[in-house]
Amino acid sequence: MVPESVRDDFPILSRTVHGKRLVYLDSAATSQKPRRVIDALVRYYTTYNANVHRGIYEMAEEATRRYEESRATLAAFIGARRPEELVFTRSTTEAINLVAYAWGRATIRSGDEIILTEMEHHSNLVPWQLLAAEKGAKLRFIPFDGQGQLQLDVYERLLSPRTKLVALAHQSNVLGTINPVKEIAARAHAAGAKVLVDGAQSAPHMPVNVADLGADFFAFSGHKMCGPTGAGAIWARYEILDAMPPFHGGGEMIMLVQLETSTYKEPPHKFEAGTPNIGDCIVWGEAADYLQGIGMGAIREHEKRLTAYALHALGDVPGLAVFGPRDVEDRGGVVAFTLEGVHPHDVAQVLDQEGIAVRAGHHCTQPLHRRLGVAATTRASMYLYNTESDIDALVRGLHVVRKLFSPRPAPAQR
Amino acid sequence: MALDDLYREVILDHYTHPRNKGSLDGADIKVDGANPLCGDELSIYVKLAAGLISDVRFVGRGCSISQASASMMTEQIKGKTLPQARALVGRFKAMMHGEDVPEEELGDLMALQGVRKFPVRIKCATLAWVALDQGAEEFEGARGKVESTATSEVE
Repeated sequence: MVPESVRDDFPILSRTVHGKRLVYLDSAATSQKPRRVIDALVRYYTTYNANVHRGIYEMAEEATRRYEESRATLAAFIGARRPEELVFTRSTTEAINLVAYAWGRATIRSGDEIILTEMEHHSNLVPWQLLAAEKGAKLRFIPFDGQGQLQLDVYERLLSPRTKLVALAHQSNVLGTINPVKEIAARAHAAGAKVLVDGAQSAPHMPVNVADLGADFFAFSGHKMCGPTGAGAIWARYEILDAMPPFHGGGEMIMLVQLETSTYKEPPHKFEAGTPNIGDCIVWGEAADYLQGIGMGAIREHEKRLTAYALHALGDVPGLAVFGPRDVEDRGGVVAFTLEGVHPHDVAQVLDQEGIAVRAGHHCTQPLHRRLGVAATTRASMYLYNTESDIDALVRGLHVVRKLFSPRPAPAQR
Repeated sequence: MALDDLYREVILDHYTHPRNKGSLDGADIKVDGANPLCGDELSIYVKLAAGLISDVRFVGRGCSISQASASMMTEQIKGKTLPQARALVGRFKAMMHGEDVPEEELGDLMALQGVRKFPVRIKCATLAWVALDQGAEEFEGARGKVESTATSEVE
């Protein structure tokens, strides 16, 4: 159980917007940060800011130790066997690109196939388009049904000896669907393919164990899980990382450099060229500790209850259509919807005046929206600090929207 | 910043009851406008007779601001010459970008002035106008029927 007092951990939740209490329902875009994380970032810059892995002095050693401790914390957070299997990046997007460039360029050949889904975020689509175009490989897509569930019978038919990679979101950032990654991964492995899981929307909201999922790569980031922006990571099994060529070249990732050639460090350092985002990576570990203190299982249960409450309450708003699975066992706390006769940007604009922050648009999933047959949706997304009163405020706000855009008498013909 | 500034009654009226909505067979200018970021899209059809805009229609879907602005534009440019219509485009865009344009030049279009306070929505208001301007420019260059595509300007 997540106590309502967790709200007190988040200073921003006490602010007002347009004179109203802030109702923050955009955590799928970025989460708010607890005081503990904000303080940890200030502490880094005020007491031990130094570059990592090079200085022979007290502060540099402390920064290095904490940076590596954070790596270990985050590796354990997703159930990795070894801290060295976790490579820091800027973001989930960069983590996926790292795989597409370093692993993909060395592995994918003309005629190979990469299986994605129709619900992918652009960040798990465009890197593969670039790779496929460069290598003459082909992209195949698992469609989803009317409930926002992947059609596994189609997936079965798409798999072949040509399949080299299956890359998919653990949880959709629009439909909320939690995909059956374990089942999908098992079938991919049986066909000899690797599996990349985009965990941007899952790692913050539920217990994740990469070994249990059967993932070969798992990408996630800090800012959606109470940590700072600018820190992400790719996890991969050590043997895979070890066999991969580097991503970026530069300092930090080398062993011995000569004018013509260089040798590289072992993973993860082989993939961390240049000065990393030290402070944010350290503080991300603090965020993971904070979440684990509450319990990822408890957070998942809290969001399930809240999602069930939201689906029920939104169902009573006339003209409102929700996308994605109806059963909260199959979905996370991301609820995208349309309101008849009102464009999502107008919905979000009016809600903003009520202090309610939601996202409107295509949420970086244009093909998914095309598949749904809508240009855009409004999306409310929840986290541990949201309560039923936030959902009530959303529903009241939607009634304000409906009233403003209600049918009016036709104008006199000119 | 009040919502009434953005959603003036005249805007909501044009959104819920768009004027001159529909396509136009045999149009001299057909131009598509789109804002890929928010999914707004519209097509504008212009028919000319003796140098004047004899008919203008639009079809599209999108937010209240983009659709109301298109509807209001069609009312304003009917009966004008292409150069007059393009001059109005210039005055409207100037107003949307913060210039003081006298009310007598813009009439009802002044209702869209409130959009200026919501910077991300300005391109919604200018979408139809940018498209019309491009279609008219290409028509003047080609001196004949034009089918064209415009994307909303980058603010």
